[in-house]
Amino acid sequence: MGEFLQHSLDTAAKQAPAWLSDVLSNGRRRWEASRWPDRKTEQWKYTSLQALQQEYHAADTSAQLPDDMTLPQLAGNRLVFVDGNYSAELSHCDSHIDVVRFQDASAEQAERIREHLGTALNGEQHIFAALNDAALQDGLLLDIPADTIIDEPLQLVWFSSQCSAAFNINQRTLVLAGKHSRAEIIEQFISADGSQAFTNGITELILADNAALAYLRLHEERRQATHIGGVHALLARDSRLDAFHMALGSDLKRLDLVVQYVGPGAHCDLNGIYLPRGKEHIDYHTCIEHAVAHCSTDEAFRGIISDEATAVFNGRIHIHENAQKTRAELSNKNLLTSDQATVNSKPELEIYADDVQCAHGATVAQLDETSLHYLRTRGVPKDEAEVMLSFGFINELVDNIGNESVRNYLRPLLAQQFSADPDLTRHLV
Amino acid sequence: MLSIKDLHASVDGKTILNGLSLTVNPGEVHAIMGPNGSGKSTLGHVLAGRPGYEAISGSVEFLGQNLLELETEERAHLGLFLAFQYPVEIPGVSNMEFLKASVDAARKERGEPALDAVTFMKMAREASKIVDLDPAFLKRGVNEGFSGGEKKRNELMQMMLLEPKLAIMDETDSGLDIDALQVVANGVNSMRNKDRSFILVTHYQRLLNFIEPDFVHVLSGGKIVRSGDKSLALELEERGYAWVADEVA
Repeated sequence: MGEFLQHSLDTAAKQAPAWLSDVLSNGRRRWEASRWPDRKTEQWKYTSLQALQQEYHAADTSAQLPDDMTLPQLAGNRLVFVDGNYSAELSHCDSHIDVVRFQDASAEQAERIREHLGTALNGEQHIFAALNDAALQDGLLLDIPADTIIDEPLQLVWFSSQCSAAFNINQRTLVLAGKHSRAEIIEQFISADGSQAFTNGITELILADNAALAYLRLHEERRQATHIGGVHALLARDSRLDAFHMALGSDLKRLDLVVQYVGPGAHCDLNGIYLPRGKEHIDYHTCIEHAVAHCSTDEAFRGIISDEATAVFNGRIHIHENAQKTRAELSNKNLLTSDQATVNSKPELEIYADDVQCAHGATVAQLDETSLHYLRTRGVPKDEAEVMLSFGFINELVDNIGNESVRNYLRPLLAQQFSADPDLTRHLV
Repeated sequence: MLSIKDLHASVDGKTILNGLSLTVNPGEVHAIMGPNGSGKSTLGHVLAGRPGYEAISGSVEFLGQNLLELETEERAHLGLFLAFQYPVEIPGVSNMEFLKASVDAARKERGEPALDAVTFMKMAREASKIVDLDPAFLKRGVNEGFSGGEKKRNELMQMMLLEPKLAIMDETDSGLDIDALQVVANGVNSMRNKDRSFILVTHYQRLLNFIEPDFVHVLSGGKIVRSGDKSLALELEERGYAWVADEVA
């Protein structure tokens, strides 16, 4: 993608608002100084970037949602972006969350964006985050006012269209959750059949003191629609982040989820599921930085890997020297439904404080024979019992999602993953 | 209904049943008692087709069919039900959906359409009332976080919804207090009729005070060493299992 990228970064530098120019040039400097990751790069050991080695073109700015396609409506307030461009026609929002596109920011808003943008990112470590900065023509600020409780979730849909050639989309979301605020944000990534978009998506979640944010990120890009990006969160004192991630597979998905505690008493629930099949590849790298005392993390990821698919889960928990009284739990369970399926699961604990509770576990297994037998003794046919158990394995995490409309949306979508035969999935949803 | 002849069976290569024979006619209740390790639970698992439990020789005929040749679910469709001693916990699979999948599978085999959700929900709620299980349990994962007694009552509820022709209760009374035992016994008694048979596998005579058996068998060393009526159970309670084994030896 090298030559095209050069060109698109030049274009971005020209078209971005002037007040962003140092972000772009900084990003570009870091990007150009970075080495393209290969299998010898520790962070990329099990994920090949081969799928990106093709010619990219500029996205068609007039792309539309196909007539026969409707996008899911998971909340009353929905903002839709087609190939990165805001679609007023498909969007509806009367939220108390202040929604600002970087291109439209007032001087005051621009100042607020500049103050926070990139503060949750370590762009030296995450080269695709550096690329995101370098290509930042536009972005989205979601500003949740302090002392405000917002009941209605806000849904963002990032749709990538079908296109005759590969193209790239730079997605950037900055969420500022004000002091004592409470809100829920859903980011959803959907591709059209035949989309060859490469999305480089970065979302920053910056939670002020005592803010509570529910954040759900659903990756539904299929086939050749690839995604590399991540979610980087900063948690101030007593704030709480409830995050749920889901990825269905495509040629390549790599997501870095980073949580940094910067004030005591904060908590993060970080759950996720991934379900690659065929020859798909999904890689989740999570990193929890316990830099201060009295914070807690409950992290659980589960994957079902089918056919010849591969998955990577790397869960790092770093407890700094002064992060006493930290409690952190990490669990990663994987179900392989075929002999050719692969998962590389690696919990990484680095603990420098002495008064902490920390537990981790990773398992790779096949369906439980005893459970399968139990269902069959009740007359459930073997193939249906297998589908029920696979579904149950991830449904445990889906059950924990607070938002009922998201649960109801996900269950049939996940059920379909296991069988196209409705007879086998009718008892799941 | 059920005719077991000279059944030898092994578990993971180790022979446990050594020439067991048993005939159960429609409407009969048979109690099988015996000391630990005599093969009581193995019998139930072999009949239900559990992987690792293998019949080596002998025959088992159920409703005119060679039971040992059938898949586990086919045995269930024919009307065989095994209440587990240790019911399995399956988090993530809702108890309600599990029950409905079971009932629908049986209906499908009989050529009947699947029940609609509302009708089934009503049936399940009624059954849960009879076994004294809070209907909230229907929404939980299968047996997930249930106490021992709740699991047993959940087994009983499944039996009521599936209406089997032959139910094998594998130590359903173990670990139950007297109130729970009464609930289980009432459930079984309410299901008794001239066509439905039961095999009660139990370690304790106590159960038989509540469910009166037609026959009592003593299992020892993998075969039935003595059969009689309910008075045999009382004798066992009084004298223990040792005398039966001694007498046989």
